[in-house]
Amino acid sequence: MDLISKYLPYILAGISVGGQYALIAIGYTMVYGILRLINFAHGDIFMAAGLIMIYLAATMPLAIALPFVIIITVFIGFAVERVAYKPLRTAPRMSVMISAIGVSYLIQNLALYVTGGLAKTYPSIPWISDTIKIFGSTTKRVTVITPILTVVLIAALVLLIKTTKIGMAMRAVSKDFDTSQLMGIKINTVISVTFIIGTFLAAVGSLLYFSNYTAIVPTSGAMPGLKAFVAAVFGGIGSIPGAVIGAFIIGICENIIKSGGSSWTTFSDAFTFVLLIVILFVKPTGLFGEKATDKV
Amino acid sequence: MLKITDLKVNYGGIEAVKSISFEVQEKSIVTLIGANGAGKSTTLRAISGLVKQRSGKIEFLGDDITGKDAHFIVSKGITMVPEGRRIFPDMTVLENLKIGAYLRKDDLTEDIKWVFDLFPRLKERSWQLGGTLSGGEQQMLAVARALMSRPKLMMMDEPSLGLAPLVVRDIFAIIKEINKQGVTILLIEQNANMALHVADVGYVMETGRITMSGPGKELLASPTVKAAYLGS
Ligand SMILES: Nc1ncnc2c1ncn2[C@@H]1O[C@H](COP(=O)(O)OP(=O)(O)O)[C@@H](O)[C@H]1O
Ligand SMILES: [Mg+2]
Repeated sequence: MDLISKYLPYILAGISVGGQYALIAIGYTMVYGILRLINFAHGDIFMAAGLIMIYLAATMPLAIALPFVIIITVFIGFAVERVAYKPLRTAPRMSVMISAIGVSYLIQNLALYVTGGLAKTYPSIPWISDTIKIFGSTTKRVTVITPILTVVLIAALVLLIKTTKIGMAMRAVSKDFDTSQLMGIKINTVISVTFIIGTFLAAVGSLLYFSNYTAIVPTSGAMPGLKAFVAAVFGGIGSIPGAVIGAFIIGICENIIKSGGSSWTTFSDAFTFVLLIVILFVKPTGLFGEKATDKV
Repeated sequence: MLKITDLKVNYGGIEAVKSISFEVQEKSIVTLIGANGAGKSTTLRAISGLVKQRSGKIEFLGDDITGKDAHFIVSKGITMVPEGRRIFPDMTVLENLKIGAYLRKDDLTEDIKWVFDLFPRLKERSWQLGGTLSGGEQQMLAVARALMSRPKLMMMDEPSLGLAPLVVRDIFAIIKEINKQGVTILLIEQNANMALHVADVGYVMETGRITMSGPGKELLASPTVKAAYLGS
């Protein structure tokens, strides 16, 4: 009983943050699946969603602000692809990577400019930030909401990919650009849809993630972004189930390490990167990764 | 039906197609034969909009379709069975067929029945993943998938490549059958003998140029073609 009451809060927190990482990781893995591109700007868009929330919540009721945060973030994700990646469609992959790094710094610097470098207080969202009691331990309601919402969103995504026409097109484009075009599929539309879905999930993840924090700085997206990226690599980049499982494993392990006390808390970040190094040595394609195939 | 005038295609500095002109009459089978690297695939890729031409004109049913996007070309009624089949290995046979009809919004039941009648082997395997089919079955699937768009013109890039002689014979029988049902065929082959036998008109392509043309039977009898492509 003691053991449960000691570890349960950490495991709950782990599942919760794991769900948040999963929502970010899907964006990395889907974009990689279709473009073979690591979208370095993804974590920064996640941070930008947080800042947008701060500014919108200050000027309008939350019920209006929330959907707008999501819409604006999705638009940023869509626009980044159109402006920074689409013109480089036939360029060597390295050029697109460099463009992605450029966008990442651009967003961070814009955030620095807008915030003046000051930490901005994140609003507390009523209901989801409320404190609740579960199995005798207290936590915020978001801890319980996150995994449920994550599972629902992922189930919807899997259904979309498996059963709809656009889902079929996404699967086709991720395999073979030329042949997809011969089927009449508009590659650019499918790529845009992929970015829209990925950014949508990251925006939802951002709302959940930052509700556990009091403030945001322009680099706030770096750590969760990096961890979600490691989760995607761990699960096998390109694989959605892989990214989700990787994210939950990282979230839970991280929090179990934190349960060891404050001296361990600093080590919990290091764990993620040790995991990355180990997976790159032992199984570079990750848990569910396909053999690396270079797309023509 | 299809009219190519002075088509030139470059890859960077390489001139893959150097000003070719040819025509495909409605309901006919036209073949383009030539050795590896002659520029045959590039010609088809230019027609289907996968590569942009450097100059020249492509007309289809009287419309100028030069430089249009691939999905537009498909919507006009031109389909292509690509070199190496390129079926989607992680999709079932049925999904491969459905994706062939991607631009269509009407009911596909009739069409699926039609291609299953043409290829009974595919019907038995409709739930199998494309990647688990044999080479010959994959080629049949690639052809069936192309037919699902209800094309007016079907272009085929070396359908006999890497297949056993018996399977090649089946494929060519099917090509004739599809043509009889009203689909115009533009066929690329290195297997000149088979191709010229089924073709109404043949063109010989060498290093980016068309060097000979004529009715299939005539080319078969030509000493130059015999020496260069028929190995006798
Ligand atoms: N993607 C490409 N990039 C550069 N050169 C190419 C490419 N595709 C084909 N080529 C070159 O163009 C020429 C014609 O190729 P291709 O049209 O594939 O010939 P064929 O189909 O008759 O074998 C060849 O010299 C080939 O090396
Ligand atoms: Mg070829």
